[in-house]
Amino acid sequence: MDPVFMVKIIPRILSGAWLTVLLATLSLSTGFLLAIFAALMRRSRFILLSAPIRAYVFVIRGTPLLVQLFFIYYGLGQFEIIRQSFLWLVLKSPFWCAIIALTINTTAYGSEIIRGGLESVTWGEVEAARAIGMSGFLLFKRIVFPIAIRQALPAYGNEVTLMIKATSLASTITIMEMTGIANAIMAENYRPMEAFVVAGAFYLAFNFLMTRITQWIEWQLSGHLRPTKPIAIS
Amino acid sequence: MDLLAFGKTGWGDEMALATLATLAVAVCSFSLALIIGTLGAAAKLSRLRFIRILLDCYTTVARGVPELLIIYLLFFGGSGILMFVAGMFGYKGYIEVNAFTIGVVAIALINGAYQTEVFRGAVLSVPPGQIEAALAAGMSDRLLFFRILVPQVLRLALPGLGNCWLSALKETALISVTGLVEIMRQAQVAAGSSQMPFLFYIVAACLFLFLTSFSGYGFRRAERWASRGTRSV
Repeated sequence: MDPVFMVKIIPRILSGAWLTVLLATLSLSTGFLLAIFAALMRRSRFILLSAPIRAYVFVIRGTPLLVQLFFIYYGLGQFEIIRQSFLWLVLKSPFWCAIIALTINTTAYGSEIIRGGLESVTWGEVEAARAIGMSGFLLFKRIVFPIAIRQALPAYGNEVTLMIKATSLASTITIMEMTGIANAIMAENYRPMEAFVVAGAFYLAFNFLMTRITQWIEWQLSGHLRPTKPIAIS
Repeated sequence: MDLLAFGKTGWGDEMALATLATLAVAVCSFSLALIIGTLGAAAKLSRLRFIRILLDCYTTVARGVPELLIIYLLFFGGSGILMFVAGMFGYKGYIEVNAFTIGVVAIALINGAYQTEVFRGAVLSVPPGQIEAALAAGMSDRLLFFRILVPQVLRLALPGLGNCWLSALKETALISVTGLVEIMRQAQVAAGSSQMPFLFYIVAACLFLFLTSFSGYGFRRAERWASRGTRSV
């Protein structure tokens, strides 16, 4: 390994970092919102709402992301109807295909995590809220959702890490994010160790930052669970 | 549908063979990861601080760097690393490693890190009172390990191991970048030559779905079997 070469390629690898960040943040934020809806539908009493989500989660969690990505990018383009329709504006771009695949993926995993959180809300808390007259959306917004999110947060933090790692698959459909650029550097100079080690270090740093942020949010949301500071009595 | 026929006209037999290749990679790497995981957990619970820090580095890196990057690194850099190590022992020849070995080693290294955490968690959730009781009853370290620790750790680790197996199975798709013919690679080849990517990626997805749901069922059965001695809530 050549440290001088490693330093030299840092700016080039970093030039792909914004794409990695964009892919991760866009799919994670959209996926989070969709996951809440999916989790609520999955818990619905109506089988017409819960069964499709159940099937969706089963299929997405049972197949590799690479298959999903290739299916969306290469598979859907096979049909003339799709290529003629307005959908093609989105599906012809590898970037949007990657966003769609990552979002579909994280929604499935996220909905199960949030469902777990929703299930941890005890009946007593819901009953207490109902007893003081809350119902429907207010009950969800004030009681159920905050408790569920607090429970789901550690697992969701893992999902964030998995998604950041998953963005590297976008390089297989020609997107030049960090892995794609590292691969190009490798091909130009045939120095696999340097290129991939530098890229790996940036992924580690990004993951480290994101886990710290989740831990900070966790800390913010669990104030009531911490022992109160003893008040000094003079 | 002719495209999926067995024999010379269709891709049926090729896809079936590729499914076996996927299974072979997954089984080999999962078994290797089991060894890494048990040894890793033992090392992580060791009294020596140096070993603990070393293992912390391993699990952090292997779980924080994209799988694809690790596969690329081993695929393009693997023979370089090996030749460097062999060079230290005085061997100067060229060493080439085939794609299957690279794939198995890469997935085993990643999966081993996750399994290390699974086993560590399982060992830590055996109540310390039981170990004290075993010591009080005069069991030797060896007997304590096989009679008290192993049966409980296996039961506690099984759900986590099931997840590790499923992710190993799904990670084999990434090995397709090395050109190893497994489900994903075969689907790419078939899609390219028949111009029917939609069909072949659906077939690939179905094959993976079959493998994951079938083995998921197996793990659920195993969990029930392993916890037959415990009271259900």
